[in-house]
Amino acid sequence: MILTTTVQIALGMMTLALLLNLWRLMRGPDTSDRILALDTLYINTIALMVLIGIYFDRQAYFEIALILAMMGFVGTAALCKYQLRGDIIE
Amino acid sequence: MIIELLVSAFILIGATFALIGSIGLLRLPDFYTRLHGPTKATTLGISGMLIASGLYFSTGSHDATSLHEILVLLFLFITAPVSAHLLVKAALHRRVYSVAKRPQVLARGQRAQAAVKEREHR
Repeated sequence: MILTTTVQIALGMMTLALLLNLWRLMRGPDTSDRILALDTLYINTIALMVLIGIYFDRQAYFEIALILAMMGFVGTAALCKYQLRGDIIE
Repeated sequence: MIIELLVSAFILIGATFALIGSIGLLRLPDFYTRLHGPTKATTLGISGMLIASGLYFSTGSHDATSLHEILVLLFLFITAPVSAHLLVKAALHRRVYSVAKRPQVLARGQRAQAAVKEREHR
């Protein structure tokens, strides 16, 4: 009972956090800001997936969280590398 | 009941940290300060969430201890500093606007002179 309410509140808070990240992603004065916003976005999405897993009582959402963690890091690293060198794989 | 309260507390702590990190990302003045918010706060937020879900899936009607969370947590704790470092490196390379004064980049001879001066100063 308490848990359901808490998870719902937390889902609202995470959605707000994602919206704030999206705002920075659209506004960000520099490309670096946009990459940082994307990085934060994927980390917050992992938290959201874990929350949804608790809410629906399914463990399958962990797989999503794990894949997101790996792919997000690869994406951030590739974007930074591109900014730094003008190429991803030299 | 106690477990449920504990799980709720961890969830709330995690969500609060994540929200604070995102507010920091939106509100702080330049890129280097903006980096500070999410990299610390979201890592804490994620760890709160994952501890909560580990507790939740290890107790109650669930049969076994759940260890997936530690995997995600470990991976995030290893990769978060690496990606932050890469971001700053790229930003310094592109000379992104900064509120503070930029660290001076010296040529090779100047760097040697500066080192000598610093040693004398010490």
